Amino acid sequence: MMKTNSSVVTREVKLTKWRSSKLLKYWDLYLMLLPAVILILLFKYVPMYGVIIAFKDYNFMAGVWRSDWVGLQYFRELFTFDEFPRVVRNTVIISLMKLLVGFPIPIILALLLNELKLVKLKRMVQTITYLPHFISWVIIGGLAIDMLSPSSGIINRIIEMLGFQPIFFMSDEGLFRWILVGSDVWKEAGWGAIIYLAALLGINEELYQAATVDGANRFRQIWHISLPGLKSTIIIILLLRIGYILDAGFEQVLVMYNPTVYDVADIIDTYVFRVGLGSMQFGLTTAAGLFKSVIGCVLLILANVFARKMGEEGIF
Amino acid sequence: MKRNRRVSLFSYVNIIVLSLLSLSTVLPLLHIVAKSLSSETYLLAKEIWLWPKGFNFASYEYVLSYKQFYISFWNSLIITVVGTVISMAVTILAAFSLSRKNFPTKRAFMLFFIITMFFSGGLIPTYLVVKQLELLNTLWSVMLPMALAPFNLILIRNYFLSLPEALEESAVMDGASNLRVLVSIYLPLSLPTIATIGMFYAVGYWNSFFQAMMYITDRDLMPLQVFLMQIVSNSKTGDMTTGGVLSELTPESTTAAAIICVVFPILCVYPFIQKYFVKGVMLGAVKG
Repeated sequence: MMKTNSSVVTREVKLTKWRSSKLLKYWDLYLMLLPAVILILLFKYVPMYGVIIAFKDYNFMAGVWRSDWVGLQYFRELFTFDEFPRVVRNTVIISLMKLLVGFPIPIILALLLNELKLVKLKRMVQTITYLPHFISWVIIGGLAIDMLSPSSGIINRIIEMLGFQPIFFMSDEGLFRWILVGSDVWKEAGWGAIIYLAALLGINEELYQAATVDGANRFRQIWHISLPGLKSTIIIILLLRIGYILDAGFEQVLVMYNPTVYDVADIIDTYVFRVGLGSMQFGLTTAAGLFKSVIGCVLLILANVFARKMGEEGIF
Repeated sequence: MKRNRRVSLFSYVNIIVLSLLSLSTVLPLLHIVAKSLSSETYLLAKEIWLWPKGFNFASYEYVLSYKQFYISFWNSLIITVVGTVISMAVTILAAFSLSRKNFPTKRAFMLFFIITMFFSGGLIPTYLVVKQLELLNTLWSVMLPMALAPFNLILIRNYFLSLPEALEESAVMDGASNLRVLVSIYLPLSLPTIATIGMFYAVGYWNSFFQAMMYITDRDLMPLQVFLMQIVSNSKTGDMTTGGVLSELTPESTTAAAIICVVFPILCVYPFIQKYFVKGVMLGAVKG
């Protein structure tokens, strides 16, 4: 399989005579890998092992290993009361709403940018719309809360000027999810367009020229050349987003929600965070987290399988 | 090579739509800047749009008079700088060793890293590990758990793999060690990529906050985002509980000024690093 330079090979053959062990031979490469392996072992694999507390009556004194087994008690508890099913439902609904609105917008943005022939304006639009991606959710949450405030927010100012009553956006159950969707689009749409722009750059310019000669207008060019050129990127990104459907935006919700909208805004991650750390229900919330991880893992694997089936390269 | 010299209606509409989109990104930020520079009387009268009224720096003076602001700023700076250095060292070393063609167990190790992108132990078990390691209330708790992002590892490894092998042949024949090959051949050739990934890590550290909310209770170790979060939620509860009548728990202009102070470092470096970021995403797009 591997083609190595012949001189290197002969030298290595000589060396292997006295370096019998492979571990010894590649000791420096193993050493380079060691810090990464330790970090991942400690902070990823040990927690994976730690999920067994979802089946145990965890207490601090006894630790993970010596706590008593309780079987599926926590899972039963999670699904007996309304709270957790509602949290799962919120997670899926918020994710799907974000998918519905947030998935097509970057594609449209990329297509429009691709049609823009004024290079300077194009670069400026790109620079500006990528920016929010680098701003933290704390700041964006702060901005949203400020602008939507009923007492002093600029949005409510406009609503009042139009002669309506101010709206309590952040405590309105009907509107809150849309605020999540809107602020998510504001933050990520520009950044999301980059990957499509990259794919559009790969399309042969002659196709457009030929289409122009044939009298195809811009819309027909987009429909028959640009979009087909984006097909595989669109499929991959769509599958990836479906794979991550249980990640509805932990940090965003954590910053923006408040008790009045828990019913519609509490997602699995915020539930685990609040109930787990707030009321120290480690076993119960680890079970909730495990539920999410297992489904998420299955979805991601399925997404990968589908991507390969459709002749794409796969996500990872 | 221009395909349509005639400036059509489509072009005009396109320019207008994209300009509006850009405006919708910029205006909220400008609005906050205006608020932060205005006096409270105009704020309460909701007279601030995009230009400050009653121009003054009082709110900034107020934010900058918090001792906590400096403590938190310093903490965030340490987390960002130290965290990024650690992340880069660990990621580059691992990426390099996994990009060596003759390294026998590289497939197994790749799998070892990729699995963590599919399955995670979750928030609580991770918290318990950090607690067990006695890292609670240390800055390490917000650096080490997120120090290595497998995705970044894969990006750098793919870039290393794309470099022509011929480059290192003579060095290898001269008996250069692997570390030597990395430092004097690979690193200089991949500076743009490495800068990109470094920026990804740095922004991640600067913006991270729920880790700090989980792991750090000591105010002396609180990073800037958590400090801002407290100011914001202070004004939020003001609006919530009293229906907005008494929102002066934290003056609006102060919240605005705090937001600007926290976002300012990002705005400062953004123009310089923007093009690298784009390159980084392209890297992922070509070989993900």
